[in-house]
Amino acid sequence: MIYLRLPARQLAAILAGLSLAAVASAPLHAADAPLVKIENFAFTPQTLTVKVGTTVTFENDDDIPHLVVANDASFRSKALDTGDTYVFTFTKAGDFAYFCGLHPHMQGTITVAP
Amino acid sequence: MTHDDNEDIGKGGGISRRYALECMIWAGTGVLWTISGGVPTSLSLLGEAQAAEAVSTGFTFLQISDSHIGFDKAANPHAIDTLKEAMGKIQAMSAKPSFLIHTGDITHLSKAAQFDNAAQIIGGAGFDVHYVPGEHDLIDDGNGQAYLDRYGKGTKGAGWYSFDQNGVHFIGLVNVVNLKAGGLGNLGAEQLAWLADDLKAISASTPIVVFAHIPLWAVYPEWGWGTDDAAQALALLKGFGSVTVLNGHIHQIMQKVEGNVTFHTARSTAFPQPAPGAAASPGPMTVPADQLRGLLGITSVAVRQGKEELAIIDSTLADA
Repeated sequence: MIYLRLPARQLAAILAGLSLAAVASAPLHAADAPLVKIENFAFTPQTLTVKVGTTVTFENDDDIPHLVVANDASFRSKALDTGDTYVFTFTKAGDFAYFCGLHPHMQGTITVAP
Repeated sequence: MTHDDNEDIGKGGGISRRYALECMIWAGTGVLWTISGGVPTSLSLLGEAQAAEAVSTGFTFLQISDSHIGFDKAANPHAIDTLKEAMGKIQAMSAKPSFLIHTGDITHLSKAAQFDNAAQIIGGAGFDVHYVPGEHDLIDDGNGQAYLDRYGKGTKGAGWYSFDQNGVHFIGLVNVVNLKAGGLGNLGAEQLAWLADDLKAISASTPIVVFAHIPLWAVYPEWGWGTDDAAQALALLKGFGSVTVLNGHIHQIMQKVEGNVTFHTARSTAFPQPAPGAAASPGPMTVPADQLRGLLGITSVAVRQGKEELAIIDSTLADA
């Protein structure tokens, strides 16, 4: 069994390498769009790096509404009920810290690279 | 529950704090508060005779909280029905409360229809109701205007106010606006200044009842269960003989006594939340359907004239 598994692992590694290369070279499309999930009263990933001009989607997967608010007030969502999404396009480089306007202990950062 | 009667009966036949807490833990619907001599006590703890005394020489008021009208998720698909049940229990009480306080999260999403449904169910019971908002009541497109349009009359700022009833000074505070990144509940400088001014005319012997949505003590800051500038408010209340702080937000009963201040949180009428740190998040806790009503409830408070303490009684929707 071990003998049979090794090639499978190698194959998986090769496939993973191929798909990474494809993502790096192909333009972004919907399936690859950066997504911040809101679940268990936390933003996941908590820090996300994107390039200028990138649209980030925030999706609430909790049974409680959340609100995405930039610390510098540069963006603010409406209340997001379960399953609701908020999209924001980052047009300036920099670190954008944000929090939940309803549960401010929930915090995250979007780093926008030039 | 086992307990030693001799140990649990305090001075003057009162009930010890420990026994009271045990009862509250096990009683499971709302909280009925009686104010006896300044310390609120929840009613189920008083026994018939004391309850009767409270009614004859003082008054009771009732706290409901976190009705979350509009909530329909797994933890309680019918939050509107459990609020109706809670109101039905209040209407059926033999000792009618003088008025109700609602400590916020009336609605789940601040929608007009949710406010309307809540007003119909709560208002339909025919009691005066004093509200303070929860964060769920301020997420309309107008960032709280919908709440103020309905409940803001006669209030200051984001909806804070005070009133007097039978010698007790009641203060409704708002700690769910202008929340800061990384912070907890927030009262703000304007409200604290108003509070200082409001208390100037109140004598030190006047029992004070403060109510607000988020706990005014650090229940569990990791989940946001506390208020950043509560200490400043409590400092203003230091000189008073009896201060009772009633909160909601955490959908479970917690009590703490610190010097002259008794802190108490009420159950929700909509859904329970986990004990601090007992789950990955403070989100709605789904329990077997036959256990839900044992975790929802109301709080009754009796005020007994000439007595030091208010009597606080929590009861669940599952209680007979």
